Amino acid sequence: MEQNKAGRLSPVERVKLARSSLRPGTEDYIKNIIEDYIPMAGDRCYGDDLSVTGGIGFFHGIPVTVIGHVKGHDLDGNMKHRFGMPDPEGYRKASRLMLQAAKFGRPVITFVDTPGAYPGKEAEERGQGQAIAECIKTMSRLSVPTISVFTGEGGSGGALAFAVSDRLIMMENSIFSILSPEGFASILWHDSDRWQEACEKMKLTAADLNEMGICDEIVPEPSFEMEGSYAVMFRRIDEAIIRNLKPLLKTDGEELIKRRYLKLRKTGSKYGRN
Amino acid sequence: MNPFKERKKILDEIGRISRLAFPSAGQSENNSIVTCEKCGHKDPAEEIKNNLYICPECGAYMKVPAYDRISMLCDEGSFREFNKGRTGYDPLDFPGYENKLKQARSKSGLKEAVVTGTARISGHRTVLCVMDPAFMMASMGTAVGEKIFLAFEYAVKKKLPVIIFAASGGARMQEGIMSLMQMAKTSAAVAKHDEAGLLYICVLTNPTTGGVTASFASLADVTIAEKGALVGFAGKRVIEQTIGEELPEGFQSAEFQMEKGFCDMVIGRKNLRRTIGKLLAVHERGVR
Repeated sequence: MEQNKAGRLSPVERVKLARSSLRPGTEDYIKNIIEDYIPMAGDRCYGDDLSVTGGIGFFHGIPVTVIGHVKGHDLDGNMKHRFGMPDPEGYRKASRLMLQAAKFGRPVITFVDTPGAYPGKEAEERGQGQAIAECIKTMSRLSVPTISVFTGEGGSGGALAFAVSDRLIMMENSIFSILSPEGFASILWHDSDRWQEACEKMKLTAADLNEMGICDEIVPEPSFEMEGSYAVMFRRIDEAIIRNLKPLLKTDGEELIKRRYLKLRKTGSKYGRN
Repeated sequence: MNPFKERKKILDEIGRISRLAFPSAGQSENNSIVTCEKCGHKDPAEEIKNNLYICPECGAYMKVPAYDRISMLCDEGSFREFNKGRTGYDPLDFPGYENKLKQARSKSGLKEAVVTGTARISGHRTVLCVMDPAFMMASMGTAVGEKIFLAFEYAVKKKLPVIIFAASGGARMQEGIMSLMQMAKTSAAVAKHDEAGLLYICVLTNPTTGGVTASFASLADVTIAEKGALVGFAGKRVIEQTIGEELPEGFQSAEFQMEKGFCDMVIGRKNLRRTIGKLLAVHERGVR
């Protein structure tokens, strides 16, 4: 049974699905759609952050750089990957690999799946804000095609750092929001228990973001409880990426930067709304 | 006589007259009393203002209204404001947001949380953006993002430096994802200005946090933290909840940021004008 008829699920149900441990993660997508993936470690400043994977490989025979959040599938995995919440090193590793991609003319594909950047003491001491800012800035000026795919949760600046792209693809039940619904409810109503109400208000579903001009394409999902659903999903994501990538490959680097800038220029502007 | 010089003289004169009433925001409360949050000392608003919003009793730094910050910093009468009436919109149709904006407007005397324009500082022409925490904690929504973006665009066009006085509680929740996207929008504007080889100075004032720290406030060529400022990404309470312990005294202070390597200097309010003037002078011309 497919659940891809828009409007059938409430935002709350979609948020729950976006966070489900049944969903394939970045490493599953890489394994299934990238050939000869070679992971690369480290930010060359301090350490290697396991909540972010980055590396190179072939996508449909095209050399690409892939960067994504890793959450892990069980508790041990979650702990190891900090539930997909990066430290500054994760963002610095990503910035480094993005610049490397630009140097060698490789498109960048990012997989976004994070509740947000890790709010830890050490993260703060090592410049979480600066690391995210630098990553956003770097991505906004890359001379190679950039595609971001939202596979689950896209929370806050921690998600945005990997999403300043030419084409933003969202899975039907993925979300993208200014903050987690719990955080949103806590800040505005001083009550994180009202998170479900926040989900309804925040316009965080793929359909909402598509309407606001932030998401470029929605990929319909099968139910992940079904056998064979993963294979269906990998195929659909693969098709969506190549479909979006093809026209970008023919576009000159300067033109890509210019278009990305103009897209951002319009974002949230009353006078040139997307 | 050169007709262009003549024309400039007339325009300058018009400008001088039209700006006489400035600054307007702070003046409405001329007779009111200001209480220091730290020590409880009371003083007439005018006196506090003349003392650069530093408590004469305990030396605590109070928050500075945007227009007062501008007059503290700029050569007299040199400030020309951009997009003064610019407002954002309400992408989520969020209940109560209109009201909240109304309150913020009457409290601060501003249309939105940032004032942008051009000015001269110690004779050097610059673009200047000043965020005002009296307006919804200077949170960044579509209007703030747009005004900062346009200020950078103007600076690129006119080959001018940009100085930002950052202060913010972060992205503005009420405008949802559109606020978050302003982080990308402002960062892209900084990047373009940067590529044009132009100077960007950011002064981190109390408090600079969240989405503003994670975007344009962390991307300057020269980063100054004003003494006493709280600067960080995640909120103290959130960090304490996450790690399950209390944070030490001075965590996320201006001095902390300098010690950790995230700002060039910590400067007292009285010295800001001179320091910025010097920085502008040094950057006026490179050797090639």
